[in-house]
Amino acid sequence: MRWGPRNGARGRSPGGVAALLVLADGRFPAGGHAHSGGAEAAVAAGRIHDAASLEAFCRGRLHTAGLTAAGLAAAAAAGLDPLALDDAADARTPSPALRGTARRLGRQLMRAARATWPSPELDALAAARPRGAHQPVVLGLTARAAALGPPDAAYAAGYEAVSGPATAAVRLLSLDPFDATAVLARLAPELDQVAARAADAARRALDEGPGALPAASAPLLDIAAEQHATWSVRLFAS
Amino acid sequence: MGSGKTATVAALCRALRDQLSLAVVTNDIYTREDAEFLLRNAVLPPERITAVETGACPHTAIRDDISANLEAVEELEEAVGPLDLILVESGGDNLTATFSKGLVDAQVFVIDVAGGDDIPRKGGPGVTTADLLVVNKTDLAPYVGSDLARMARDAEAQRGELPVAFTSLVAEDGVRPIADWVRARLAAWTAAPA
Ligand SMILES: Nc1nc2c(ncn2[C@@H]2O[C@H](COP(=O)(O)OP(=O)(O)OP(=O)(O)O)[C@@H](O)[C@H]2O)c(=O)[nH]1
Ligand SMILES: [Mg+2]
Repeated sequence: MRWGPRNGARGRSPGGVAALLVLADGRFPAGGHAHSGGAEAAVAAGRIHDAASLEAFCRGRLHTAGLTAAGLAAAAAAGLDPLALDDAADARTPSPALRGTARRLGRQLMRAARATWPSPELDALAAARPRGAHQPVVLGLTARAAALGPPDAAYAAGYEAVSGPATAAVRLLSLDPFDATAVLARLAPELDQVAARAADAARRALDEGPGALPAASAPLLDIAAEQHATWSVRLFAS
Repeated sequence: MGSGKTATVAALCRALRDQLSLAVVTNDIYTREDAEFLLRNAVLPPERITAVETGACPHTAIRDDISANLEAVEELEEAVGPLDLILVESGGDNLTATFSKGLVDAQVFVIDVAGGDDIPRKGGPGVTTADLLVVNKTDLAPYVGSDLARMARDAEAQRGELPVAFTSLVAEDGVRPIADWVRARLAAWTAAPA
């Protein structure tokens, strides 16, 4: 499902799916490679130790932090006020460490996005939040700049929520990369559902405001992120 | 690993800090050791030294995805004003480490005589394309049986006109050849900005 008219109304042809491949590519240079999405802390605590436990971790993250990020991204792509969404993201991120990470990654994505899909809306958000807006909001606005729709933005956010930890687990545990990729493939149907829910909520948020967006959270991810931020020796920034 | 990158950064800071506005970004692998070494030795005030985390992939951070390094540079400039020279140290180098042109204006590649005197002959992107190749720890050459003349010949064969500096950073003013090269590059940029 694509919200072509909104993009059309902004003088762009509806985005093809190819732009989504560019945006969701793990090699898109937006700083994500230095972050583990909580996997480093979970590995240290023994919660991720093989492909099965990686899958359980990713499933949990997808339906909590991933769903919330996907909702914010979809709403930004739908044209909701990014500053209001940035506040909504703050309210949905209780961990100060994760708020810092989200803004840092948002700033890094902003740099890549403005170079890749120049847009006055990205410029305006960068000017209003020079130290970075929350990454999912920037991601949604980037999707919009690439003439993608809210469901596309939700997919990109949801996929990132699981692909980041999977890649990190390969490096941290020397996990077989085929097993890690198979985990992502098994989660694909659930990612479809999460993206659909997020896009649905974004559509409602156009009338009802950001309060209609998902606010799922994973307390253990928040607590572990706070601890991880204090480690003096670590491979990943978060 | 251990060829003397951090020692070079420290010595360059000492040699140039009175004439130039300097800052350093380190890319450590899993600690802030390099940044902390520089801080401990007070080669620059702490607000001019920053560390970037690289997620177990130091090469990615200087070549494929330079976001965090660019942000670190931006933050240094915000914090201490305009800078004449920013030194970015890579983490865990090997012979394939190269810096993106989107991040740096010039790359210095540091090897040492103790790593084997056949490294210049073997080549690789660092040895062949770096703007300056530094062969460090020449003081150790007699002890490890490295033939400096042969290293110089091999380097020239790989690099053509590109410069090579032989250094011993334990010697008094041992960083001089690198510092002079940096000054010449800066003078050239100031005359005709890249
Ligand atoms: N003898 C001798 N030792 C040196 C010289 N330069 C550096 N060292 C020593 O070599 C060791 C490694 O130097 P570093 O500057 O930490 O090397 P590095 O390349 O930054 O190492 P990594 O960041 O770990 O890859 C240190 O103990 C230095 O004191 C030199 O010219 N001669
Ligand atoms: Mg070092």
